[in-house]
Amino acid sequence: MTAPRVSVLDPAGPQAATIVGLWDVFLWISIAVFVLVVACFAVATIRAVREQRRDGDGDPLATDPASDRRMIRGVAAAGIVTVGTLLALLVASIRSGRALAALEDDAGALHVRVTGRQWWWQIEYEHDDPGQSATTANELHVPVGRTVHLELTSADVIHSFWVPSIHGKKDLIPGRINRTWIRIDEPGEYAGQCAEFCGLEHARMAIAIHADPPDVFAAWLAHQREPAASPRDAEAARGLAVFTGSPCVLCHAIAGTTAGGRLGPDLTHAASRGTLAAGALPNTIGNLAGWILDPQSVKPGAHMPATSLAPADLHALLAYLEGLR
Amino acid sequence: MTGRTGGRVAILVLGLFACERERRTFTEPGPNARPASAPPGSSLVPGGPPIEGAPLDAAMPGYTETAQAVSEGKQLYAWFNCVGCHAHGGGAIGPALMDEAWIYGSAPFEVATSIIAGRPRGMPSYRGKIAPAQLAQLVAYVRSLGGLVRGDAVQARDEHIDLTPAATLSHGGLPRPGRVRP
Amino acid sequence: MSAAVERELELPDLTAELACAWTRPRGLRGWLGDVDHKAIGRRYIATAFGFFLLGGVLALIMRLQLAAPNRELVGPDRYDQIFTTHGSTMMFLFAVPVMQGFGVYLVPLMLGTRNVAFPRLNAYGYWVYLIGGVFLWVGLLTDTGPDAGWFAYVPLAGPEYGTGKRMDVWAQMITFTELSALAVAVNLIVTTLKHRAPGMALHRMPMFVWATLVTSVMVVFAMPAVMLSSGQLASDRLIATHFFNAAEGGDPLLWQHLFWYFAHPEVYIIFLPALGFVSSILAPFARTQLVGYTALVLATVATAFIGFGVWVHHMFATGLPQLGQSFFTAASLLIVIPTGVQMFLWIATVWRGRVRLATPMLYVVAFFVTFLIGGLTGVMIASVPLDLQVHDTFFIVAHLHYVLIGGAVFPLLGAVYYWFPKLTGRMLDERAGKLSCALVFAGFHLTFFPMHQLGLDGMPRRVYTYDEATGWGPLNLVATVGAVVLGLGVALTLVNAVVAWRRGAIAGPDPWRADGLEWTTSSPPPAYNFRDLPTVCDRYPAWTSPPDQPVVYGVRADRPELLVTTLVDAAPDHRTELANVTLAPLGAALATGVTFIGSIFTPWAVPIGGALIVIALVVWFWPRPPYREERLEAAP
Repeated sequence: MTAPRVSVLDPAGPQAATIVGLWDVFLWISIAVFVLVVACFAVATIRAVREQRRDGDGDPLATDPASDRRMIRGVAAAGIVTVGTLLALLVASIRSGRALAALEDDAGALHVRVTGRQWWWQIEYEHDDPGQSATTANELHVPVGRTVHLELTSADVIHSFWVPSIHGKKDLIPGRINRTWIRIDEPGEYAGQCAEFCGLEHARMAIAIHADPPDVFAAWLAHQREPAASPRDAEAARGLAVFTGSPCVLCHAIAGTTAGGRLGPDLTHAASRGTLAAGALPNTIGNLAGWILDPQSVKPGAHMPATSLAPADLHALLAYLEGLR
Repeated sequence: MTGRTGGRVAILVLGLFACERERRTFTEPGPNARPASAPPGSSLVPGGPPIEGAPLDAAMPGYTETAQAVSEGKQLYAWFNCVGCHAHGGGAIGPALMDEAWIYGSAPFEVATSIIAGRPRGMPSYRGKIAPAQLAQLVAYVRSLGGLVRGDAVQARDEHIDLTPAATLSHGGLPRPGRVRP
Repeated sequence: MSAAVERELELPDLTAELACAWTRPRGLRGWLGDVDHKAIGRRYIATAFGFFLLGGVLALIMRLQLAAPNRELVGPDRYDQIFTTHGSTMMFLFAVPVMQGFGVYLVPLMLGTRNVAFPRLNAYGYWVYLIGGVFLWVGLLTDTGPDAGWFAYVPLAGPEYGTGKRMDVWAQMITFTELSALAVAVNLIVTTLKHRAPGMALHRMPMFVWATLVTSVMVVFAMPAVMLSSGQLASDRLIATHFFNAAEGGDPLLWQHLFWYFAHPEVYIIFLPALGFVSSILAPFARTQLVGYTALVLATVATAFIGFGVWVHHMFATGLPQLGQSFFTAASLLIVIPTGVQMFLWIATVWRGRVRLATPMLYVVAFFVTFLIGGLTGVMIASVPLDLQVHDTFFIVAHLHYVLIGGAVFPLLGAVYYWFPKLTGRMLDERAGKLSCALVFAGFHLTFFPMHQLGLDGMPRRVYTYDEATGWGPLNLVATVGAVVLGLGVALTLVNAVVAWRRGAIAGPDPWRADGLEWTTSSPPPAYNFRDLPTVCDRYPAWTSPPDQPVVYGVRADRPELLVTTLVDAAPDHRTELANVTLAPLGAALATGVTFIGSIFTPWAVPIGGALIVIALVVWFWPRPPYREERLEAAP
């Protein structure tokens, strides 16, 4: 499996591509300006140092009006070139900004609501029929080639949604709904991270976007809407009983069971996700066990408490959770 | 240089207070600290049969009244729906927690027992549903509602609609460790 | 007037009288009550560099933590306090006070006067700054250091998520440092406008004086915004107001607007005096007059004006309307023009002159190259689409350090090498200076250039660690190595200063054969600055004044008196008497400290502390006892 793409300079959609195009313009002009100005400064300095070494210090009050006039004209010319360059960059920037906003008019966009929480992402796929909405966490699946309208808000502090290969960032601000539109044109996995300091575990608040062909996405979304898989054997059934009998149930929801907590990530299809704890750990059974027993050792400060379970109970719980695909 | 020495002493003294109030703990009591239990109390359903369980440790290991504990406890108070019966401290179905009357006592162990074992006439038992660290935080917050926690460890308000008066104004301002209201 | 002429005319001994009137008495009371601008300026500079070193230690800890993936040198809680204190220390406790300290020390000397206009206010400003700085660091060392970033976005810094007293410490530190900055700004404005040497019309003032004048006016307009916002934050946190509570009608974005409205001019408050340093160093080391003096002054003023109109470029990701954002893109690009013109004029000055590459000039060269890169990345992030990608990443960390270290610290280090002889009477070692410049330059670029790439690779700011899979490890390691080199360069300058202070080569009054009035008096200057108050006939007075340039006569030497001149042409107007050694500013500063620090713990601190402040002010303004002549005159 290839690593997820995460780079501003590796665009996978029109917006990131537009920004990279603008970046190239700015970068090359900046390099040209830097080389030119440093060259002028270097030439002036080397000349002046050589003159001082050759002729000693001059009279500071000596003036050469003709030379001064030439220099002032040179400075003025440089100033005019500067103004012209900045104007061109301004125009380029505004045009890019307009291009980025072009997706907003797409009426066929998929609507997804992203709520930032300390320190994970709550993702809800909306539907005209509220009963058909699907809730997941930390992993956003989108269809390739279709505009996705993201409604962004926060349940606590300011976060920022950023997946560099797709688009620029947008803040999630409590009490406000920000909107951004993205489109991914190449299937694959894209990584991003919260980009506004949000507290202790800001460093471990990653987001992953999976871009799938439309039919794969439709199947995935349909599956997300279904309730959790029933326990497949006695051990898993015991695991479900452990889940509902321990602190897990106060914070986590599993659709189709009596667990309806809305404080932590929705676990209905948690086993199908690639990572645990917003990218902090790969989703393996050993990591899951460690995470359940002592989340603070992975993400100190996270709101999830340590849950001590007897080994048999833990085993059963893991068996159940593994089945939640 | 008595002025400078006095200043240093004051800073160190302040430091002792500051160290305690600002401490953040991210480690839990050891793996053998099971979710707390207590002598049989009420069941989840008022009037139901009592539930057996191991005793709660009266020493309350890991219990602190730091700013972090009170703040986390405040979030848990809302998340675990204590609000449903006790409102935001003023009481509704359940008794008020902001007043000076403590039916079963205000010591940390007594408050923890109330939560974990439940109490007759309606307080459900949260045995097995609340982790030890969370219990300690809830107890710290409940005691702070009653003004029993140092004033510089409480927060003035939430980022929600204003439902309680500013906690910082109803607690003793300067920390005086060991002083408990009757 | 020479001593021989004075003896001929049988005038009293001027030097002895001046020394008696202006020198502070020995002992603790004299030291604590000193109102001499040079003493206060030295204290500002020394204290600010002390905080610079402390902030640098924090930076090294951060770099060591980030040198490799998943390191566990410091945990997230400690790391958050460290980066917040690093930023707050560098911005509030080092950068602004050191520029103001140089201003306080140099401006009266450059203007040809004996002290600033309000010496006691000057002293008060220093003590308040010291109290605020110590308060912040005591906080850090007692686990009460602020932990929500140096710009303290709400709701993270608010009452619910900023638990404990940490952000209250930050908010009050802001209050102390902004009071101090305002005190210095007011002093420098009045001194510059009303206490110049006769003949020093506005168009003959040195560039550094222009820079501090414009900076001080910026301070007066910018500091109240942060005073307001930090007061609102403190009020939200302590007495449950709802300025930033969205649920009750407040707005988290209000904090960002108010804070950045202050904080963007703040970076120009740091940067413009550094440009003044560059002009001051270029003229003597290129041994020529500056090209385009008027344009340089106008460019400084234009930068200050435009600097108040760009603050939203820190908020491009918050979802503000696109048209509004485009306006701020235009303004942020516009501000490049005056600075660019200044740089072109400096190139012209170098072209015209003959350059000696002593250490101060080397630092100017380092500034040029480094600040240019920082300015160009600034042009990039002025554009909204580009900023949306690199905002809050290490690209921004790189940019801000390029403009702040390149644009302010390099000229500052050059200024240290340039004016150290004037402050102490001894020369810094030149070889160590050149070596330190090389180390600092190399270390700086090694540290911060890779951060541009790290930002483009997706590394956000303020992360205490990262995974190996991100691939950010190698560049972070390079940056850490660079930070060590940079630290060595700074340490070398520190050692150089400490050794040279006692054992450096003796510097005469004018070791660089420079142009300002400060070089016409001894090194270090006597308590009264100049034996004879000078007049000037043109810019660059040390170069242009003829041997028979008149001096001021008629200002009393036996009392601390200053000459007040008119605003534009600096014609003599009247004399004013200054206060002498007094403990009232220290008392007022302590009362201020009690009020603000106590208000974190109890509202009663405000009325009690207010009463203490009133008492301190009454003592401060109590009329001085009459002089012997005045008593004799008044007696019947």
